[in-house]
Amino acid sequence: MVIEVRDLRMRYGTTDVLHGVDFTADAGEVVALLGPNGAGKTTTIEILEGFRLPSDGHVRVLGVDPASGDEAWRARLGVVLQSWRDHGRWKVRELLHHLGRYYAPYSTSRQVRPFDTDELIETVGLTGHAHKKISSLSGGQRRRLDVAIGIVGKPDLLFLDEPTAGFDPHARRDFHDLVHRLSDLEGMTILLTTHDLAEAEKLADRILVLAGGRIIADGSPDQLSRQVAGKSEVRWTHDGLRHVHTTDDATAFVRDLFRQHATGVSELEVRRSTLEDTYMALVQRHETGQAEEEEVALR
Amino acid sequence: MNTKAQAIRLGVDRGVREFRHSMGSSDQLYNLFTGLAALTVLWFQRDSPVEGSGLTLAALTLPSLLGMGIVFGSLVGPAGQLSINREDGTLLRAKAVPHGMLGYVVGRTVQTSLDSLTGLLVVLVPGLLLVNVPADAGVGGVLGLVAVLALGMVSMLPWGAVAGSITKSPGGAMGMTMLPMMGIIAISGIFYPITALPGWLQGVAQVFPVYWAGHGARAALLPDAAAAAELGGSWRILEMTGVLGVWAVVGFLVAPTILRRMARRESGSDMEQRRQAALQRVR
Repeated sequence: MVIEVRDLRMRYGTTDVLHGVDFTADAGEVVALLGPNGAGKTTTIEILEGFRLPSDGHVRVLGVDPASGDEAWRARLGVVLQSWRDHGRWKVRELLHHLGRYYAPYSTSRQVRPFDTDELIETVGLTGHAHKKISSLSGGQRRRLDVAIGIVGKPDLLFLDEPTAGFDPHARRDFHDLVHRLSDLEGMTILLTTHDLAEAEKLADRILVLAGGRIIADGSPDQLSRQVAGKSEVRWTHDGLRHVHTTDDATAFVRDLFRQHATGVSELEVRRSTLEDTYMALVQRHETGQAEEEEVALR
Repeated sequence: MNTKAQAIRLGVDRGVREFRHSMGSSDQLYNLFTGLAALTVLWFQRDSPVEGSGLTLAALTLPSLLGMGIVFGSLVGPAGQLSINREDGTLLRAKAVPHGMLGYVVGRTVQTSLDSLTGLLVVLVPGLLLVNVPADAGVGGVLGLVAVLALGMVSMLPWGAVAGSITKSPGGAMGMTMLPMMGIIAISGIFYPITALPGWLQGVAQVFPVYWAGHGARAALLPDAAAAAELGGSWRILEMTGVLGVWAVVGFLVAPTILRRMARRESGSDMEQRRQAALQRVR
């Protein structure tokens, strides 16, 4: 198991940000941590990266507690940071090559580190910009460089926090291709956070929905849809009149419908809820649930 | 391959690269300004005699400027760079790489040394057109100067790192280092012999490294007769080593703990907050 989190709690002052998060990730999996803003996604990922100490809970990343992870452990992790204007005077290839050399002592016959600099630059599509100053890159090019820096040490586990924030659709698609290539070719385990459901669905083998400091759903996009047996929409025409009905159990409803009207029902349509509906329902259900909890606490 | 040795090697590589990047940039306007300012001061002082020493005021000021320059640069330089690097994410990147912090600290030290050397040459070379002190001092004097400057640098370097670690923004780091430094320089007998100041101010000045680095540089480069213009009328090498040494030792005892604590707390969301704050400052 590459990531193991049990009952993870985080408290800032008197505010609880995480109330007992549980999940695991296996080798080679791409896991998306999905949730609304302020759900605790960044806090969770920073704890796993070893950048933040949790208040309580059991955390193992590559078998090690991140709070006491040494440099050899660090060498097996890749962290894609949201850069801003650091190393503005360095050239793209210069910085990537420089940072890659830190990983050379951790190279093994099984995992050769780091990536070849020029190959990596090509992989992220920056070949034409290799000798440009970093400060002259566009936002999208900079993010691609961030990804390159995150993976230069050929990590076993890669963390991506909101990787496509601020991407245009084209850059987003390129980035998705890159993530697929990394997980397929290099067998990297990838944990990414996003608040974009479509992105999680496209990239992840498994989606964890984090809301209000808890994991409220865990599964493949398909399982998720089923887990919350979402409402289905049934539409039909009877005697020239169009009808629409939402139901939890479409099969039973349709059986009933035919029992009532042996003939005259036409243009029957049953639509399962989409993943997006599921997600909205999940988050909403949780938020109303939380509101009730708070009310109880006030009394 | 030893992982720490590799990080130190990469730190040196980083320092040299960043120094080279800085050489071709607008940073050098600052050096140009310092050089011109020093030259102007020396020009006005070139004919003022200093009683009892047979030297001009300019001959006293040139070594004093070198001593002051190294102490000033070793405090303000690292403080500013460290706080900027915390804000822009350089430090977080270093943290994400194995032994990256070690490489970062070595890199900063190398760069500060090279920056300081440039800063000295910028003052020394034009200064020599007006006052030719090192020619009289000989090889021994120049070696003595190098030793004093090295000691001056290590006396302040850790404190620069501390200032850069405990402040919240580059502006804060500058305020914390630059303002006290200006005050201390004004009372440390750099531009005018300290003997002209009231006794209590002389006492205050002798607690800080600026006076002693200037004193040491004068002792190394000037003839013995110049000691007459000093406090007590002699070169106080032992006291100089003592005061600079205490600052260095205490600094190197304190700095690693504070640096480590700062580095441990560094995270993406903290940086994001600083970034937002910085964007607001710009507007």
